[in-house]
Amino acid sequence: MNRISPFLVGLVFGLGLCLSGMTEPTKVLGFLGGGRAMKQTIAFVMGGAVVVAFVAFRIAIRRGSSLSGGHLHLPVAQAIDARLVAGSLIFGVGWGLVGLCPGPAIVDVGYLDGHAALFVLSMAVGMGLYGTLAAVPAKPAGELAIDDG
Amino acid sequence: MIDWIHFTPGSALAGGLLIGLAAAWLILQHGHVLGASGLLGGLVPPREGDWPWRAEAILGLIAAPLVARFLFNAHPPTIAAGWAMLVVGGLLVGFGTRLANGCTSGHGVCGLARISPRSFAATVIFMAAGFLTVFLLRHIL
Repeated sequence: MNRISPFLVGLVFGLGLCLSGMTEPTKVLGFLGGGRAMKQTIAFVMGGAVVVAFVAFRIAIRRGSSLSGGHLHLPVAQAIDARLVAGSLIFGVGWGLVGLCPGPAIVDVGYLDGHAALFVLSMAVGMGLYGTLAAVPAKPAGELAIDDG
Repeated sequence: MIDWIHFTPGSALAGGLLIGLAAAWLILQHGHVLGASGLLGGLVPPREGDWPWRAEAILGLIAAPLVARFLFNAHPPTIAAGWAMLVVGGLLVGFGTRLANGCTSGHGVCGLARISPRSFAATVIFMAAGFLTVFLLRHIL
């Protein structure tokens, strides 16, 4: 069960992204372009997801451990610092350029779409580049390894 | 007037609930916060003992369209961006989400569900940057 479960988590996540239309850049760009109907649609996607996740996090935090007996890997960072602001700005610009954020981009690779594959490959390079740069400066490495998403 | 072509509340809500279910499953069963950029970021480079579950979840994401085509009539995406835009966009998304430690799923869904002010700030900022970028692309350039 524990072997197959992460795969199923990804599958359910991906099905949700497909069904909600988030894997379609023209839809997402319609939302980012200010279309009212698209804004309302995205509100339904995020609203539905947040409500279910909210209940789950409540239960998980009350339990204090996962069902497989391990720790909860909850993010410890709380500061709204320059890294968060700059990173979110950079991410938002890339999102607006193409209309893909990481989850939907990975799902679209499954449609055997070459554009999506190139985007995901570039994304992985960007992540690797960050890892390389982050390893150099004085920041302690532990601060960087947070499972925020 | 309701714009029913672009306003699709049924599939949006159902899809959202599935995304929430995936996040619920991962935190309850495995104790991890669901986030697509974290899944992939944890693989470049892979860390000892931490990478298999991430790789499995990514494979699940990639397998989703196959199942989606079977379950409901899912259409392949139309990605209009040219290759230069895809490379630049991908680099920015990859770098930015690692710097901010999260993306639409990690901050936008799980962070908001955890009522994290940090994730709320991230979500407002990346959405604002997305709005502004699309506006500039359409009206200025």
